[in-house]
Amino acid sequence: MRCKGIVKGYGEGYAIATAQPINLLSIDSNGIVNDSAHILNGKSIAGRVLIFPNAIGSSVGAYRLYAAKVNSKAPNAVVCSKADIITASACAISNIPLVECHEFDMLMELCSKRDVIATVDATNALITLRMEEMR
Amino acid sequence: MQLSREEEDALDGKYGDALAVAYRILLAIGNAMDADRLVPVRWAHISGVNYNTIGDAGLAFLERISMDAVANNIKAKVTSTLNPMGYDPVKGYDDDRFVERQERIRKAYEAMGIIGSYTCIPYEVFPIPARGEHVSFAESNAAIYANSMLGLVTNKESALSALASALTGKAPYSALRVEEARTAHTMIDVKHDIKDEVDAALLGYFAGKVNEQCISFRFRSGLVEGSPIGVDGRARINAKALCSALGTSGSAGMFIINDVNSATHDDAKYRRRIEYTSRDAMMVKDELSDEDDGNAIVFGSPQLGLNELGMLANMLKGKRFKKRCLLFCARCVYEEAKRIGYISPIERAGAEVYSDCCSCLTPLISRDEVDSVITNSVKAAYYLKNWNRVGVCLKSMREIVRDECYDV
Repeated sequence: MRCKGIVKGYGEGYAIATAQPINLLSIDSNGIVNDSAHILNGKSIAGRVLIFPNAIGSSVGAYRLYAAKVNSKAPNAVVCSKADIITASACAISNIPLVECHEFDMLMELCSKRDVIATVDATNALITLRMEEMR
Repeated sequence: MQLSREEEDALDGKYGDALAVAYRILLAIGNAMDADRLVPVRWAHISGVNYNTIGDAGLAFLERISMDAVANNIKAKVTSTLNPMGYDPVKGYDDDRFVERQERIRKAYEAMGIIGSYTCIPYEVFPIPARGEHVSFAESNAAIYANSMLGLVTNKESALSALASALTGKAPYSALRVEEARTAHTMIDVKHDIKDEVDAALLGYFAGKVNEQCISFRFRSGLVEGSPIGVDGRARINAKALCSALGTSGSAGMFIINDVNSATHDDAKYRRRIEYTSRDAMMVKDELSDEDDGNAIVFGSPQLGLNELGMLANMLKGKRFKKRCLLFCARCVYEEAKRIGYISPIERAGAEVYSDCCSCLTPLISRDEVDSVITNSVKAAYYLKNWNRVGVCLKSMREIVRDECYDV
C-alpha cells in the first residue's frame, strides 16, 4: 500500500488499529493506553505498528510517546490517516517511522479481521501487510 | 518543504544539536502538514513544563537541549513563555523528589531565555500582538483563544513544536496559518441556551468531537453583540471555558461565530450542519460528570483570570466554603488581585489559592485524599476523571457558591 512518508525509517510489528483519535497523554511509559473513554484502554502499543487517525487533546502528548520510546515501549512504527503536529513532533524526536495513509478505511478493515503483521517503510513510502506468524 | 541555506545548515547541526533537533521537529511537521516553507512567529508559548506529565524522559530531553543550547549560545529568538508546572513553589510541596525534578525542568527552560510565566492563560497576562500576527501556542486553550478571539494566527502546536519555534523563531506555513484554512465547513447550530461557563464548555467538548480544525457556531440569539461568547465580562469567561473544552476533546484549533445578522452571512456555504440541543448538552454532561457531590472543590483550568477572581470575590462576601476548595490562577494575576482586594474575601472563605500550577495533572489532587471533586471546568473534569481517576461533579461557579458555602 502506498503512503506518505513523514518521519523516515523502517519498522515492523503486529498491527494495533483504531478509528478513534488518541490523546497521547494517556500513554504511559510502559506503552499502555490509559483512557477509560478509549477503545484501546488498557492495551499496549509497545513493539506494535500503531494505526490511528490523529492525536487529539493535550499538546504535551508528544512527550509521552517519547518517554515510551526511551523505555523501549514505543510502537515500532506509526500510521495516521491525517498526521498532526503532536504525532509528527513526537515521532521526530523519538525516531519512530511515521507515515500517513490515505486508504485508511481499507487499512482498518484489513487489520481488524485477524492478526496482521505490518511493515512500514517510511523512507520509501510503503506499507506492507502480512497475515502470518512473525518469526 | 523548502529550507533556506541557513536552515539547512542548522538542520545538519552546524549550530549544535539543540537547533538541529528544533529544525528536525519543524521539518517533520512541515512534511506532515504539507507546508512549503517556514514563516516567522512573534511569540512561542510552550507546554511540557509539569514533571507530572513529561516525566524523567522529558526532563532528560530538556536538559540535553538546554545544555547544548547554552554551549552554542542559542537563546529563544522570540518572546517565549511557559505553561504551568506541577506545584506552587511559594507554597512548596511535600515530595522532595518531585520538587527537585520540577526545579531542574524550570532551570532547563529558563537557561534558554524562556520566561518563567507558568501560566496557561498567556493571553490574559502578556501584551497581545496586532491581529494577523503569527504566534506559536502549545496549550490548546490558548491556541484556540488566540485564533478565535484575538485574531492571532497559530496552529494548535505541540509542546515540542512550540519549543522549536522558540529556538528558531519560525513555524511551518501550514493548516490554520494559511488564510484559506481559516474557514469552517461545519456549522453547529446551537439550540441550547448558553447561560454560563459550564454550558459553554459542554458545547466546546461536543464540538471538539467533530474532529475538524475550524468549527462555526450559530447561537440562537444570532447576534455577536450580546453573544454568549466574547472578550468582555461573562462572555469572556464563557469563551475561555469553550476554548479549553474544545481543545480537550478534539483537534480543532479555531472557531468562528456565525453571525446571522452580518452582511456576509451565508448558511449555504457549510457542507455540514449539526444541531446541538439540550439533549446533546445533557449527554456530554453525563459523560464527564459522574457524581452528584464531591469532597473537594476545584476552580481553575484554565487558570482563573482577574475578572473571574473578581466575580468569585464578590459572590463569596460573607460566605465560607463547607469543604476544601483549591483555586488556581496565574502568579501575576494573583499579585494584581491581591492589590485590588479580591484575594482576601476568597481566602477568608477558606479557599487555598495556588499559582504557577493548574488543576490539570497536578499531583496536588490525588485519589488518596479525595474521592470526587466539584468543579466548573470541563477540562479539569476530563483530566481529573481520566488521569487522577477521581469522580467529578460539574457545576457552574454560581451553583458551587450557592450549594457549597454557608453564611458567616
